[in-house]
Order: sequence, then C-alpha cells, then structure tokens
Amino acid sequence: MSPLTYIMGLPLAMALILAVVPSEKRLFFRWGARLATLGSLLLAIYVFSAFDPPITDQPGPLPAQGTEESALEDEYGYKFTQRVEWIPTLNIHYYVGVDGIGIVMVLMAALVAFAATCCAQEIRTREKEFFILLLLMTGGILGAFMSLDIFLMYFLHELALVPTFIMIGVWGRGQDKDFAAYKITLYLSLGALLTLAGVILLYLQFGSFSLLSMMDHATQFAGTEAGAFSATEQNVIFALLMFGLGILVGLWPFHTWAPLGYGAAPTATAMMHAGVIKKFGLFMLIKVALPLAPEGAQTWLPILALLCLGNILYCGLVAMRQKDLNLLIGNSSVAHMGFVFLGIASVTTIGLTGAVMVMVAHGLLAGLAFGLSGYLYSQARTLDMEKLQGLLAGMPFWGTLMIMALMAGCGLPGFANFAGELTVFFGAWKVYPVITTIGIWSALVIGAVYMLRAIRTLLHGMKGEQTPEVEDLKHWQRLPYALLVAMLLLFGFYPKLITDKIGKSNATFEQAKKAQPPIEEATE
Amino acid sequence: MDLQLVSLEIGACLLGIVVLLVDLWTPAERKAQLGWWVAGGLVAVFCYSFTIFDQGTGTGATGYVKDSLAVYFQGYFVLAAVLVVLLTQSYAARIRSGISELYAFTCFALAGMSFAAGANSLVLLFVAVELITITFYVLTSFERHRLRSLEAGIKYLILGAASSAIMVFGIALIYGSTGALDFHEVARAANGLNDDSRILLYQLGVLMTLGGLFFKLAAVPFQLWVPDVYQGAPTPVTTFLSTGSKAAGIVLILRLLADACPSLLGEAWLRQLLALMAAATILYGSLCALRQRNLKRLLGYSSIASAGFVLLGLVTLNDQGAQAVLFYLTAYVFGVVGAFTVISVVSEESGDEDISTLANLHQRSPLMATVLTLSIISLAGVPPLAGFMGKFALLRAAISSVAVHPVMPWVIGLALVGVVISFYYYFTVIREIFWGKGRFWAEEAPSTEPLPCPRAAEVVLLTCLFGLIGLGLFPEPILYIAGEATEYLFSAN
Repeated sequence: MSPLTYIMGLPLAMALILAVVPSEKRLFFRWGARLATLGSLLLAIYVFSAFDPPITDQPGPLPAQGTEESALEDEYGYKFTQRVEWIPTLNIHYYVGVDGIGIVMVLMAALVAFAATCCAQEIRTREKEFFILLLLMTGGILGAFMSLDIFLMYFLHELALVPTFIMIGVWGRGQDKDFAAYKITLYLSLGALLTLAGVILLYLQFGSFSLLSMMDHATQFAGTEAGAFSATEQNVIFALLMFGLGILVGLWPFHTWAPLGYGAAPTATAMMHAGVIKKFGLFMLIKVALPLAPEGAQTWLPILALLCLGNILYCGLVAMRQKDLNLLIGNSSVAHMGFVFLGIASVTTIGLTGAVMVMVAHGLLAGLAFGLSGYLYSQARTLDMEKLQGLLAGMPFWGTLMIMALMAGCGLPGFANFAGELTVFFGAWKVYPVITTIGIWSALVIGAVYMLRAIRTLLHGMKGEQTPEVEDLKHWQRLPYALLVAMLLLFGFYPKLITDKIGKSNATFEQAKKAQPPIEEATE
Repeated sequence: MDLQLVSLEIGACLLGIVVLLVDLWTPAERKAQLGWWVAGGLVAVFCYSFTIFDQGTGTGATGYVKDSLAVYFQGYFVLAAVLVVLLTQSYAARIRSGISELYAFTCFALAGMSFAAGANSLVLLFVAVELITITFYVLTSFERHRLRSLEAGIKYLILGAASSAIMVFGIALIYGSTGALDFHEVARAANGLNDDSRILLYQLGVLMTLGGLFFKLAAVPFQLWVPDVYQGAPTPVTTFLSTGSKAAGIVLILRLLADACPSLLGEAWLRQLLALMAAATILYGSLCALRQRNLKRLLGYSSIASAGFVLLGLVTLNDQGAQAVLFYLTAYVFGVVGAFTVISVVSEESGDEDISTLANLHQRSPLMATVLTLSIISLAGVPPLAGFMGKFALLRAAISSVAVHPVMPWVIGLALVGVVISFYYYFTVIREIFWGKGRFWAEEAPSTEPLPCPRAAEVVLLTCLFGLIGLGLFPEPILYIAGEATEYLFSAN
C-alpha cells in the first residue's frame, strides 16, 4: 500500500469512527480529528522528504516489470503509486501517486488541514457533525491532489465540496449565511458539472481515465494524424475545463461566491476552502487541461490572461473598499488567484513553477489569515474594522502574526508569496508584457493600499472606543498559526525546497507543451 | 405456456390471495405484522423464480420472455416491493380500512410489473400496464377518509384511463398496419411495409403506444397528474408509484423501441422527439420543484426531473444508454424509498407534510436525518453516493452519442442546468434538517423530542443507507449485471 493511501485514508477512517461515537463525548471529536490530520501531516512530511526528484540524465532503476502504467510512472517521475481496479465496467481505477507538483500540494493541504482542526476552537455545538464533515472534506481534497485517475480526482474533490453547505449553514456567521451557503453551493456545483462534462469528453477521446496513459497518448501523437483529436474538440474541452475549474477557483467574473462564502463560513471551513480546496481547480488545470488539450489551450489562454487581470485589478479594488476583515481577506485571496492564472496562461516552465509556488504559498497564507481572523471573531464577535482598532497592544502575538500575514499578502520579500509571485512575473513577462506590467503595478499598489490600511486601523494606534476586550492567543493555541508562519518563511527564504520538486515534474509537462508554437515569437 | 416461467408472477398473486385469507383469522391488532411475512414471501418467490431462469428455460413461450433484462427488472421490482411492504407496515396506524388489502394489492401490482418486465407482445404489454394501473387506482385512494387521497385517486383514474385509451388505440393501429402483435413479428412486418400510408399508421401507432408508456414514466407532456397524486396517495403507495410503476414504463419503452420498431431507431425525428422531451422534462421538474413546500409534492417534481434523466439515457438508443438507465433506476430506488420513509414517519408524528416539519431532525433522530440527507444528496447526484454514479453513467452515455446526434449537446447542456437548479431545492431539504427554524408562523419553537422510528421503517432505512453508500462506492456488480441485461438490446438489430 502506498503511504498516500494512508494520508487520504486516515481522515476518512476517523470520520467513520467518529460517526459511531455517541455525540455526548465532545472532546473525543476534537482530538480525534486532530489526531487524524496530524497523522496525515506526518506522513505527508515523510513522503515529501522521501520523494527524490528523478534524475533524468542518469539511467534510473530498471522500470518495474509488467504494466505499461508502471513504465509511464518512471518516465513521468511519479512516486508512491498504487493502482487497484475499482469499476472495470467504466474503466475506472483507484490510482494514486504524486509527482513534484502533487507532493507539494499534498504537503500544503495536510499542513492547512492540521491547522484548521486546531483552529476549530469556536465550534462549541454539535461537534460530532462538524468534525465528521471537516474530516470528509480533508480526506477528499487530500485524495484529489494525489489521484492519477481523473475520475477519482473529480470524485474526491466533489466529496470535499458538499460538506461546505452544511458547515456554513449550521456553524456559519452573519445574517447572510443562508444566502452564502446557497450561493457557494450552486456556483461550485455549476463549476464541477462543467468540469465533469470536460472529463467525460477527455475520456471519450483517450479511452481511459488514467492521467498517465492520456499524457502518453497526447505526447506521442501530438501533431500527428493518428489519435490526435481535432482543434475544435480541444477547444470545447479546454473551454469546459477552463470555465468549470475557473468557477471553482473564483475566476473573474465568476468569483462573487468566494468572499461572501468565506465571510460566512466557520473558521476551519474558510481555512480549508480558501487555502486548499480552491487550489484544486488550478491543480487540475495545470495537470489535466494544459497537457491534454494543448491546442485548445492556445485558443483560450489569452482570454484567461485577460480575465486574470479582472481578478488582480477588480478584486483588488473591491478589497480596498471593504470594512469587514474577512471580506477583505476573501477579496484579496481571489485577487491572488489572478497571479496563478497569469502563470498558467504563460505556459512557460518558469511561469508554471511560479504558479504552483503561489498556490502553495497562498494556501498557507489563506489558512493563516482566515485562522487569525476567525480567532479575532471568536473574541470580539465582530470583524468590522471600524469597531476594531489598536489591537496590537492587547494581543501582541496575534497582532504580530496578523501583520506578517497581511504583509505576506502584499508580497513582502521573505515570505513564500513573494518568491512565487516574482517567479510568475518572470515567466509571464515575455508572453504577456502588457498584462504583466499592469499586474505588477496593481499587485504592488492596490495590494499595499488595502493591506497597509488594514494594519493601520486594525493593529496600530490607540485602542478604539468601541473595541471590545480581547485576549491574546495562549500557550499551545499558538501552535497552528506559528506552524503556518514558519512554513511561509521557510519556503520564502529557501524556495529551492519546493521549486526543485516542482521543476523536475514540470519538465515532463514540457512534453505536452511541445504541441504549442513558441508564443514569444508571436508577440515580437 | 410453461407455467414455471411465470412462477414469480403466479407466486406474487398467490401471496396476495393468501394474505387476504390469512387476514380473516388474524386478530386486528396483529394484522400489520403480516408485512414481515409478505416481505419474506416475496423474497422467497423471487429466489425460486431466479432458479428457473438459471435452468435455461428463458425463451420459447410466445408473448413473454424471461431474459436477463426481464430478470434484472424483476429483481428491481421485488426489491422495491419488499421495501414498500415494510414501509406500509410502519404506516399501518394511519390506514383505517384493512391493512392486508394494501399488502395484497402491492403484490398484485408487483405481478403486473413483473409481467411488464418480460412482455414481448403488445397484448401482454397492455394487460401488464392495465394490471398495474388499475391496482394503483385502488391504492392511491386507499385512505378513503382523507379527501386528498380520494382526489388523487380520481385524478389518476381519469388521466390514467385516457392514457390507456390512447395506448390501446395505438396498439390497434400497429396491429392494423402490420397484422402482428408479437414484438419481433411487428418488427419484421414493419420492415416489409412499403405503402406510405401504412407506414404512417404504424408510426402513429408506435407513438401513441409510447405516449401511454410515457404517462407511466411521467415525462412531459404526460406529467400533469404527478404532483397531486404523489401528494394525495398514502406515502407507501407514492413510493411504489415512483419506483415500481415508473420502472415498468421504462422497461416497456426499452422493449418496444428495441424489439418492435428497430426500423424507427434510425429516424432523426424519433431522437429529436425524445431529446426534446428529455430536456423539457428535466427543466419542468426542476423548475416546478423550486417553490414547493410540501415534501411529497417536492419529491413528485423531483421524480419528474429524474424521468427526464432516464429519457436522456433513452435518447442515445444504444446499449450503453440502456445500461446507464438500468443502473440509474437501481440507484434511484434507494434514494426515493429512503426519503419517503423518513417523510412518512415524520409526517405521522406532526400530521403535516410541510418541509418545516423536518426542523431539528438531526437532533430528534440521527438515523433518519442521516438517511434523508444521504438520499437527497444521492438524488441530487453527488459523490460518493449511488445517485452520482447513476448520473455519471447517464451523462457518459449521452455525451458519447454526441457525435451521432447533433441535438445532443443542447440537451446535455439543459440537463446540466437542470442539475444545478435541482441543487437548490434538494439542499433546501438538507437545510431544513440541519438548521431549519420550523414554521415561521408558529408560536413555539419546533420540537426537539426524540422521534421514535418503527422497527420496519428502521429496516428500510438501513437497507437504503447500505444501498446508497454501497452502490456509490462499489457500483461494479450492478453495473455489470445491467450491462449483461442490455448487452444485445439495441445492437441485436
């Protein structure tokens, strides 16, 4: 059995166990969830450190004898794979494994999930249901990042989506939580359904759900008559996937569910959703849509690049006007997705590497920011920044971390976000000079305006008259936040840790991108 | 005709009669308990009839076949009937007239459905449909003291009779133009038709017969009876109506299309008609359900939308589509029975079927809350439940026929819109379970007292729970059997 199966299986198994525990044993649920996610995290760290990037210029170990798939695994650098027949009638397998991109996403997801279970302090009613749903969500999304069968990928991601509705409805905050719950559910289902249509079309083209054999097929027959599918079909498939996954990520103008939903969601849900689940759309775009429908990508990527400006500019401007801390973080998180889209749209190795880095960095950052704001809400019962002023004096630890989170959000060097965004700009510069210029400026200016303003009103200065009494984080409560900040700094100062892994697996994606004409020439 | 071949039908009828007889010697307070025996009897009869199939007496008799398609559907009908009988038992307190008659009529309806599963001639088709329909006239108006139940019965009677008349007229036209009643003979004769007016008559006949069957399926424009009848009929009857009766229509449509009119399958208008109906049915069901507050009505509209999805599988007119339909139905039965069972128990306690009666259910009965939530999510088509696999199989079949059929992308697009709409009303039910506030006009907060669940209903709920999750995670066995059952259905021609 692959350790990946345990990473995904632990939370799901714990959810099953918790389902039969009587709901009076309230502590059991909290600690059970923490235990399961901690186990996943430790295993993910183990897999991350044991993951040796494939060295392409030396003859590797002989390919495992037998199947075509295992040869492909070696070729594309997938590790820790496990493949079991699941639904033979539909040619679907339980098939997991990670390459460089997969493992950094799994690690990030496991980190945020553990932090989220630790930050779920505010849940004081109906713990049983909450933690079961949270564990389902965690197991589902962890599994989605490691699936090599795109049906399984879709299946597990959708499993992670549904608990959101109940979580926002029951434990959510604010007047509009019902509206937010419906909005997030309907938007995300629409996105998921478009994606499903794209997935089925891909299956019909390639006759398989296995990502590896589809990639193999796409690379071998790229540009040839045999097996290559027409540009029209690729256009349709890529459009379905781009908009379907785009809705899941919050691509402008389909982003309105995100700030609203995160504002209404309980802390742990917002952390998981903004940090981890939202990254799935980007992940699938990079791993499935780009390599399998490269000709379709050619048509649509310029449009994606334009839309991503909508994310960066429009959502940034919207964030400037927010008075509620959660809405500010939510809008800025949607704005950050613009950078990832830009990196993806550039389809250069540097751009894609940067995109994955931003995904990891933003996952940790969004987890941190929503965790901190959730703690503040549990103390002050409001997130209205006009009522909350000068908090730093009363909450030094919390305030320091909040400053770090907000600064990381506007791209301060030293945090992983800076490294990622810079890499994206390097990659995108040649392909979309105008869009990149606008993106950099607005990222710097707009981002700095709202983040610094938030720091000023919220943290610095005198304690406001209406500001309620708040207590700082104590003792072990600091652990999840400190963990996330430490990882942000670690990846910020030493990005090689993840770029090495991402870079090696991106090399395999280059094969799929061969089908594209060099875009640099087109723009010159 | 070999009597062993129809052992299931005979057994079901005999069981019905025996129940009526045993009823005479059973004390009144124990009559409801007969349900256990009926359920057990049905399973036993099915097992016996299954061994007959294995001995290879599958073909031969005219007008009736017991091929793998028939056996698949008979298994499906028995499953539905057993669950419905158990549900009936937990519903017994509300039946003022004899409970045993309700059991007996369920058995008779089952016999009709079972005949429908194997019908291979127009005569048996009509007889089977009438056996089902007439039984349901009685069943829907079984609660004579309730005005709504009577109203439902009358509505179903009038509309059902009209649809039967259309169907029998269609059968007459087919017979008149081809001179045959057996499906395969009709197909042979239809191939030989070269007179234009006769072909027209034949096509008209097929269309009218299909119309009568679409009435069973509740496809637009034959859906008008559904909300009132679903709401008025006793809940177990509604359940049987939406699982058994609907599936009987589907198997007859499959057989009629595949066996009796292969010459029409290539016609573009037939596909266009089916595609149009599929899209209209999905949208009608989903849109009308949006504002429903009565749970049974809501599920009625949702069952119309489901009929649309079944049609989506039928439009493909190939084996893969039929396989998907078969699987979808099996997944559907667990969702529908689970939902109706919970509604039946909840409405008994509150005397109302309004959606607000579900408030606090998560606290009052975790089992019922879980099963209802999973049933609803499964009907909405979300992993990891059975309904998702069903919708996935249907979409896969539909999308793979896009190349053959130009209208298909539009229909699939509309179907996806319908699914998104359906999320709204399905999730409204879930909201009510987990954080519903009860009736906004009521003075007091909704009750939080534990809600006891009768033993028989508990068995049904656990079966549904098992089915929903089992089929969602391990759909392979049923998909495989469904594939076997439909292997040569369309491709044989």
